[in-house]
Amino acid sequence: MGFDYDKYIRPGKLPHIWCPGCGHGIVMKGLIRAIDALELDKNKTAIVSGIGCASRLPGYMDFCTLHTTHGRAVAFATGIKMARPEMNVICVGGDGDGVAIGGNHFIHACRRNIDMTYLIMNNNIYGMTGGQFSPTTPYGAKASTTPYGNPDPPFDIAKLAIGAGATFVARGTAFHAAQIDKLLAEAMRHKGFSVVEILDSCPTTYGRRNRFKSVVEMMNQLKDMAVPVTAADKMPAEQLRGKVLTGILYKESKPEYVEEYRKLVERVRAEG
Amino acid sequence: MSNRVAFLQGNEACAHGAIYAGCRFFAGYPITPSTEVAEVMAKELPRVGGAFMQMEDEIAAMAAVIGASLTGTKVLTATSGPGFSLKQENIGYACITEVPCVIVNVMRGGPSTGMPTGPSQSDVMQARWGTHGDHPAICLVPASVQELFTETVRAFNLAEKYRTPVTVMPDEIVGHMRERIVFPEPGELEVIDRTGPTVGPDEYKPYDTRFGDVPPLASFGSGYRFHVTGLNKAEDGFPTTRAEIVQAEEERQLRKIENAVDDIVTFEEYLLDDAEVAVVAFGSIARSARYAVNQARKAGIRAGLFRIITYWPFPERQIRALSERVRAVITPEMNLGMTVHEVRRCVEGRAPVSGIFRVDGEPIGPGAIFAAIREVR
Repeated sequence: MGFDYDKYIRPGKLPHIWCPGCGHGIVMKGLIRAIDALELDKNKTAIVSGIGCASRLPGYMDFCTLHTTHGRAVAFATGIKMARPEMNVICVGGDGDGVAIGGNHFIHACRRNIDMTYLIMNNNIYGMTGGQFSPTTPYGAKASTTPYGNPDPPFDIAKLAIGAGATFVARGTAFHAAQIDKLLAEAMRHKGFSVVEILDSCPTTYGRRNRFKSVVEMMNQLKDMAVPVTAADKMPAEQLRGKVLTGILYKESKPEYVEEYRKLVERVRAEG
Repeated sequence: MSNRVAFLQGNEACAHGAIYAGCRFFAGYPITPSTEVAEVMAKELPRVGGAFMQMEDEIAAMAAVIGASLTGTKVLTATSGPGFSLKQENIGYACITEVPCVIVNVMRGGPSTGMPTGPSQSDVMQARWGTHGDHPAICLVPASVQELFTETVRAFNLAEKYRTPVTVMPDEIVGHMRERIVFPEPGELEVIDRTGPTVGPDEYKPYDTRFGDVPPLASFGSGYRFHVTGLNKAEDGFPTTRAEIVQAEEERQLRKIENAVDDIVTFEEYLLDDAEVAVVAFGSIARSARYAVNQARKAGIRAGLFRIITYWPFPERQIRALSERVRAVITPEMNLGMTVHEVRRCVEGRAPVSGIFRVDGEPIGPGAIFAAIREVR
């Protein structure tokens, strides 16, 4: 018997809104397997999102779920975690939500090192609004608001997270489905702010404008561009050109925010 | 009973009122002239086992308090002018999701950066209409340090009782003035806690109208799993575009406050019984108005004061009744004419309504109000 996803999905809430060929469903299944592996209590787990296609994920999941305003998922989640530290808090969203409008909350959550996991489904585009370029759209790519090619250089979300102080940063792809739950489980086990970027694809609003002939071609691109970080050390620089490193990219142990604040409270109360 | 007496600033009293009401989470961002609220909360919350957070911006502060409130915690944020503008989107989120929270906006000059250290009363319309879409609003406008304490407690009570954001809006003068305050003993002021669900998790719906226009709100982490979204939603909390449900839900959200105006609306009437001139004022300017009314009485003019304490919902019925017995109404306010429009709407032409408007960072003194009383008489 295969894995029972239904245990974690709200009855009657499927089918989802995602287009055929979108990778978000693959990522959601990975998240479910990770939650299952960690045996998280559904009543003690909050899944929080912002606005966009990826941010519709919590509505399908049988947990305490919060679909917030655009870009603000991490800020809402911070309030939940501070007020109820015993809860497991998972944020999900897309690239525009996370590092454009939500960029400020993202870097400051990384800096605080508050114990939660942020899953970013990066499909390089604003899908829900019809394909405008995002902060991760490649230079030169076509979007509805870059009809002559994208003049903006993109963010590297993982580097941004590391630079801002996140203590666990990993990257996977929607093609490497079996790896997604492993990365997410590791992220959730980690004490502190963990970021998991999953490279995804939007055939509907990105693929068609950028001369991808099929969903399979987009998936193959994810497959071809990924190089496991463990293999990259042994590869010459020219072989790494145009590639993206995947796996656990960064991990360190630092004081966690909620624990530190609780210590402060105990100290203040002991002093009277 | 020996109540503790202190000499406090309005903003400090506000923070102490919040603690008294049971607030255990504050998220904010530094901004003049409200920062002292955050400073006192930073000191007091750890002492009572709560949590204080200085967030990266005003938007995050509003978001964090809504998140914390969903776990069953009483929450506060404090801000001023530009910060109040930034919070508006998430205030709308708290309105549609019906999550209790209290927002303090210490009013300073505007628009934009305006006059950060100057007093103003020009955010009263923003408190009603600042976020987009139809939504109810409760806004309290205290006039003294003592009242800033008690109105903050009442704001928490209303937020929890009606599942809604409540705004407390002292003008900068009330926020920064120092006065004697008598701390109420625990139990002396009513403190209302959130009504939890009376049904089990399997049956629970976050907007279940079987329980009336204010359905019970469960807490995240308490064994109840439910969905919260800023999209128009059905009673189970999930998004819907079904016309009849959207219409009914939006109407219910307005109705839950409209039907409770007798419980919510508060005001003070001073020498109005025989008055021929009524001054309608609030906040620090109501103090000038009271002095001016006394001056007028000494000069043989029958003047009285209607002091607004609950600005939203607006005391419509009371001002309508007032307009049936006075010959003129004056609205002094630190803006270029906001309350005057509300008052005219209620007076419906039964008496002339004139305003005294000032936005230069100086209060409207008793002299200007007394002069206006003499003029309209």
